Amino acid sequence: MPIYLDNQSSTRLDPHVLDAMLPYFIEQYGNPHSASHPYGRIAAEAIEQARGEVAALIGADPREVIFTSGATEANNLAIKGAARFAREHPRSATPRDHIVTLTTEHKCVLESCRQLEREGFQVTYLPIQASGLVSLDALATALSEQTLLVSVMAAHNEIGVIQPLVEIGEICRSKGVLFHTDAAQAFGKIALDVDAMRIDLMSISGHKVYGPKGIGALYIRRRPRVRLLPLIDGGGQERDLRSGTLPTPLCVGIGRAAGIAATEMTAEARRLRQLRDRLQTGLTRRVAGLRLNGDAESRLPGSLNFCFPGIPAIQLIEACPGIAISTGSACTSASVEPSYVLRALGLSDEDANTGIRIGLGRFTTPAEVDLAIDALAAAATRLAADSGMAGESRNPI
Amino acid sequence: MSGNARGWSGREVRTRTYLDWNATTPLRPEAAAAIASVLSHCGNPSSVHHWGRAARQAMEGARQSVGALLDVRPERIIFVSGGTEANHLALLGTGRNRVLVSAVEHDSVLRAVPEAERIPVDHDGIVELDMLDRLLAAGPRPALVSVMLANNETGVMQPVAEIARIARGHDALFHCDVAQAAGRIALDAAAIGADLVSLSAHKLGGPPGIGALVVAGGMELTPLLRGGGQESGRRAGTENLLGIAGFAGAAGAAATQIAVYDRIRELRDSLEAGIAAIAPDAVVLGAAVPRLPNTTAVAMPGLSAETQVIALDLDGVMVSAGAACSSGKVGPSHVLQAMGVGPDLVVSTIRVSLGWTSSEADVGHFLEAWAALYQRCRGRAPRAHAA
Repeated sequence: MPIYLDNQSSTRLDPHVLDAMLPYFIEQYGNPHSASHPYGRIAAEAIEQARGEVAALIGADPREVIFTSGATEANNLAIKGAARFAREHPRSATPRDHIVTLTTEHKCVLESCRQLEREGFQVTYLPIQASGLVSLDALATALSEQTLLVSVMAAHNEIGVIQPLVEIGEICRSKGVLFHTDAAQAFGKIALDVDAMRIDLMSISGHKVYGPKGIGALYIRRRPRVRLLPLIDGGGQERDLRSGTLPTPLCVGIGRAAGIAATEMTAEARRLRQLRDRLQTGLTRRVAGLRLNGDAESRLPGSLNFCFPGIPAIQLIEACPGIAISTGSACTSASVEPSYVLRALGLSDEDANTGIRIGLGRFTTPAEVDLAIDALAAAATRLAADSGMAGESRNPI
Repeated sequence: MSGNARGWSGREVRTRTYLDWNATTPLRPEAAAAIASVLSHCGNPSSVHHWGRAARQAMEGARQSVGALLDVRPERIIFVSGGTEANHLALLGTGRNRVLVSAVEHDSVLRAVPEAERIPVDHDGIVELDMLDRLLAAGPRPALVSVMLANNETGVMQPVAEIARIARGHDALFHCDVAQAAGRIALDAAAIGADLVSLSAHKLGGPPGIGALVVAGGMELTPLLRGGGQESGRRAGTENLLGIAGFAGAAGAAATQIAVYDRIRELRDSLEAGIAAIAPDAVVLGAAVPRLPNTTAVAMPGLSAETQVIALDLDGVMVSAGAACSSGKVGPSHVLQAMGVGPDLVVSTIRVSLGWTSSEADVGHFLEAWAALYQRCRGRAPRAHAA
């Protein structure tokens, strides 16, 4: 039986989410913007309920949530939209044209920042500590009167570390700087509260939280109001911030996914932490020199990233065809370059090439974890022996 | 479907008749089946493992089906979140600073480049080709011209092959939004002659939230959304696998069942004949020129479109007062204004649009409700120009 342990790249659609979506694929197909007839109004009501469920999970007002085609679009809209608005509507003589982010952010954040650099904005790419966490002192030092926005991922897609969001939010608020967080991995996995964390903009993904692909959301604070220029204009949907017919079934899907997470997140996190510890303990016992990448404590419940010493990750993945694991971000997983994230942790190219990301999820069972330990440890031992290294630990249980 | 509420005219509403197919369409069974076939894929199409490859394989198969709709190679297809995004990518991605758009384009074109030059249309809503030629000759090269194949409000079709020829003569790129035409008339990218073509799935029986931009070979595009390098670096973001599969299922069915629209054209014509019999003063817009087979834009002078759609809704008939995306807003249609339609007709025009399951009974239901409304209106407030 194949085992899916790549829940950071995408998750299986929860059957309850699918059940909620189906009526809006089939019977209730109205265009939610057709205000003149019931098919349109029924679709619009379903979308507003979904908006409410997404908002509730992060302590937001539903009016602060707009739907996008995914987290990539949400990140592009948050960063480019805030920067371009500030340029068009300067509020003081000192232009707010500086953005601070981390070198380990997702490609869509980094690429949005690079685009802004081409448009004349200044971007600081802060290095991270060996733990993968941001240095709060370095962050505070990087901010100036020109800084408009800080963008820091809530929980990391490759190494799973959770950044100190409350502290980052405090620093940003005290300096009058907008705080954007890419919460694609964190939403529905850990508690998030836009007020307690002083978050001004938050990007959300549907398919990372057992919802469908092709839908995401952007939280945009109303008080004090955060202003953006839209990337996609037209019919004026989503309060003119994102035009285009809203996909009702997908909106219902992310809403239901958020609703399920709201009730199950705490218990699920406990269960996943146990499974994660079981996997980590099992592999550590059997693979000599196994090293965890990223902070061991401040970490997503289901996420692990290991270096298998001396074993190229690609070889280990090929040796375990029944297990879905990855070298890192799916977007770049076809690349032969070592992970820029692991390199940012201070790993050499050679070590970074041994990095394996493992993501446990809602549908992962203890039996699957045990099978994965066996398969990965056996493959690691065989590969290490092939390359003349001792793999299996000398301290079997 | 549901409900036995009392309608506006006092009759019991037993059936609901959907005649707003230009706003969105029901999902075709073939699209539903295609969505069902990929539900078990949990993988991210960018992942290299088995699950990722399976998802990618499903996606690439879908790309072929969507390409076949226009007879283009699959690598020409960029999947995006819908027609609005496709129009933005086309208008903003080519790097052409001079943009000309027809005055009757969808808001997603008009608002993508607000400073674009407007190409006027005649009283039937057809782009004035001489004017296009003169505008292109007068201004700097190279430009980008964007003209839709068929209008969403009136169904009026543009002479796109001519437009393509004129654009090419001035080294201009030609973008064509075919969202409303696809699946309703046979299409062939070569015959359209455009360099960029926008498609929307939910107008042809696919799910909402997915569309495509078809791009001529060799053309570089600056992406609107940047990130993971999906869609050959032209559109970042994890692909909407359910949407893509559903789009392909719908595109395949639409292409093979295009002949259904011969019947729809007859139904639409009978609807317009019925209107003329009820109300000699009613005006069908664009009736004299080539139109989509499913669309009627009809003005009932003296009664606002808003009143008509509300009254028809109460009688169980669903139509619209224009584009769905702006139907919640007030303000007269820019399409009708560009055609030089008088203000009294502009505010009294409704759109009736049919689709592949539309029936004689649907048309009958509409005509019955509309006739009751017309007679009541005329009886209450006879107008000088009423017959």
